Amino acid sequence: MLTAEGVSKNYGGVHALRDVTFTAHRGKVNVLVGENGAGKSTLMKILCGAERPSSGTIRLEGEAVQIDSPRTAMAHGIGIIHQELSLFPNLSIAENLFAGRELRQRGFSDLQTQRGRSKEVLARLGQSHLDPDRLVGELPIGQQQLVEIARVLLEDVRILIMDEPTSALSNHEVDILFTVIGDLLADDVTIIYISHKLDEFRRIGDHVTVLRDGRLVAHERMDRTDTAWIVRQMVGRDPDSLFTRNRSETGETLLSVDGLTVAGPTRALVDDVSLQVRAGEVVGIYGLMGAGRTELMEALMGLRKTASGTVAVKGRVEPAGTVRARLAAGLALVPEDRQRDGLVQTMSVRDNIVLSTLNRLTRGGLFRRGAQRQTAQRKVDELAIKVGDLALAITSLSGGNQQKVVLARAMLTDPVVLLLDEPTRGVDVGAKSQIADLMAGLAQAGFGVLFISSELAEVMAIADRVLVMAAGRITAEFDADELTEEALVAASASKPAMEVEE
Amino acid sequence: MSDTDVATPPATTGPAPKRPPGNLARAALLLLKGRTVVVLVILMILFGTMSGEYLSSSNLIVMTKHVAINAILAIGVTFVILTGGIDLSVGSIAGLASMICGGLLFSGLALPGEGTLFLSVGMVILAGVLVGCVVGWVNGVLVTRFKVAPFIATLGMLYVARGFAQLRSEGGTFPNLAGTPERGNTGFHIIGVDRWLGIPVAVWIMVLVAAAAIVVTTRTPFGRQVYAVGGNERAAELAGIRVNRIKVAVYAISGACAALAGLLLTSELGAAYPDTATTYELNAIAAAVLGGTALSGGRGTIVGTVLGAFVIGFLADGLVLVGVSTFWQSVVKGAVIVFAVITATAQQRLEASLAERAA
Repeated sequence: MLTAEGVSKNYGGVHALRDVTFTAHRGKVNVLVGENGAGKSTLMKILCGAERPSSGTIRLEGEAVQIDSPRTAMAHGIGIIHQELSLFPNLSIAENLFAGRELRQRGFSDLQTQRGRSKEVLARLGQSHLDPDRLVGELPIGQQQLVEIARVLLEDVRILIMDEPTSALSNHEVDILFTVIGDLLADDVTIIYISHKLDEFRRIGDHVTVLRDGRLVAHERMDRTDTAWIVRQMVGRDPDSLFTRNRSETGETLLSVDGLTVAGPTRALVDDVSLQVRAGEVVGIYGLMGAGRTELMEALMGLRKTASGTVAVKGRVEPAGTVRARLAAGLALVPEDRQRDGLVQTMSVRDNIVLSTLNRLTRGGLFRRGAQRQTAQRKVDELAIKVGDLALAITSLSGGNQQKVVLARAMLTDPVVLLLDEPTRGVDVGAKSQIADLMAGLAQAGFGVLFISSELAEVMAIADRVLVMAAGRITAEFDADELTEEALVAASASKPAMEVEE
Repeated sequence: MSDTDVATPPATTGPAPKRPPGNLARAALLLLKGRTVVVLVILMILFGTMSGEYLSSSNLIVMTKHVAINAILAIGVTFVILTGGIDLSVGSIAGLASMICGGLLFSGLALPGEGTLFLSVGMVILAGVLVGCVVGWVNGVLVTRFKVAPFIATLGMLYVARGFAQLRSEGGTFPNLAGTPERGNTGFHIIGVDRWLGIPVAVWIMVLVAAAAIVVTTRTPFGRQVYAVGGNERAAELAGIRVNRIKVAVYAISGACAALAGLLLTSELGAAYPDTATTYELNAIAAAVLGGTALSGGRGTIVGTVLGAFVIGFLADGLVLVGVSTFWQSVVKGAVIVFAVITATAQQRLEASLAERAA
């Protein structure tokens, strides 16, 4: 049995985990649930040696152990299957399975034995038809996930952590995985299973532990719980207290999307999506990872090519579909991944804020003296961005303030509709409610706001209207007053097959 | 917008209370930031004591003229490196421009009918720079439209442009570029040989190019966009910057600068030969890197690059003057470049730790 006692973890000033005592029962499936940012991944990273706790102890069978690297975790029999694949696409299946622990024979790799054992473990996963010499990069994503799982099965694991293992698997593959989990349990292996999919973990779990805002809020035998109870624990009692709801009157339709489709490798990433956003309205898009929400935003902003469909701003169809054209039409996107898509890390706070509107700050082709500083300062004051000196590097700001910088840049382009992709991801609770306030304020000022959120509480508290996406399609639409947690979760888990029937 | 939206947090935008970072660390940072100047001063003191002639005004002027050509090449290359690219073809572009202009001055432009057209020197120079610009543009199109890695695209162009330079004369040299009054094409020597107010014209040209480049990089939207593309291409794209257009432009600028440098060199030598400026691209890149331009893009200044060119030039000429063998010159130059990059990394690390302490 594995226990984490009083574990805390701080990143800078952010408390990712506060005094969590988590117990994984031996030979059982221990489900860990919580919203994004609740601290699940942090706890996992601590258990598998990728991070060290700020305080607290880990006990294995009652004995305190130091897990300071993935290697020592392995030595203790703790294995992890990551949600994000950590495979080498340029190497074969067998090479991936034995990466870092190649079998040797007189100093050379023992490829023959590696191949043989790869075949065995693949067969165990119902993949006996797979050739171990095939490159992993050529496999569809579901089979890649199975390779990732096979890699851990090769080890002698006693505790296996699975972080959303089914997110890329088909129903048939999920069944195989669950059979394998059953075999492992029979061998007295302890499973820690992280998932968002209620129906799935209720099927397989023995115990369920709920994390919220870095704290452990509930721990219960699965058969004593029901779906509503779990959702309630995840969301907490009163999410409304944290956020201001926009209550402005809605006006004309600002954004009108009709039949938008983005092609993907296997199926359409965005599949025939139509939606409207009116002035003064905050519209949320809820869904699971991979539902196509980000792709929809990117397509709206001209970052992705669309296969079909139209985007109209203020009743005028914008045909060019380039970023510049969409900016000019009045759309502005605050991207999900600030570091990758939002900020220029080599630049100062000031330069990041004015980046989209440089041409307005010139006279005769040269920057007007002080114009950049004044423009940036105005937005810094307006959005209450905490920064001492505008010339500081953008990287010196906290996550919430960095997010506001990206928002400031977007607002400077005089948008009509703001597109916000997970605007509160990775920011602390205080900044979250500030950003929610800002969104409500924008709607009151007559903007349209379309935002993505994976957090039930947030989307329920902020949005006037919620669209639910699953598998690239909009599967449900709710007004704020008819919204329930169960309905949202159910709609987000609907399978493409069900939609076809609709 | 109404004021209710931001009313919640109290105005705390004043400067955050800072703990003063260690004075030693700050002094070290200052030294690292100004390292190119520091190294330059050390070089001048060192060689000045070893050879009385080194710091004489005549020698300083000669050395600065040597610097001018590399500095102009390096300024062009800096634009490319700022976007995260690289330009290996500048030496060859200089050679090609040299041969094209040499040919125009020496044998003229053969017209399709009969007769030969001789252009004035001004037009010849313009033509040379234009050729450099076009070759650079091709580099940019290869990088953006055809998605060729900058290293490969410009490596290819290094060979292609050099090949065309040799084809222009079947490998021969245009020995006399003086022109004749009847043809109206005298005066090519002005840019590479003559002086104005006691300073070589080439140095004045360098000053002009550097001044223009400083204004463009620091005071225009284009310059800022160059930095943004190099700092984070995806973010630049989302900010509405035409990333591909910026990239094509920097390669064209680099080509134009290279051609100009090639013409200065040709004018100085009084003859155009196909191997003009061979391997000069390496000196130019070295000057940019010495001056603090990050090969990963987004960081660097024109002033730094010019100072870098001074260090390389003054070092090389100093070594010659005190009689160090050419083989050792090469060793020293290489060591200085690597040392410069090590100090650049040290500077960034120190800056980060100071910023962290200040936060």
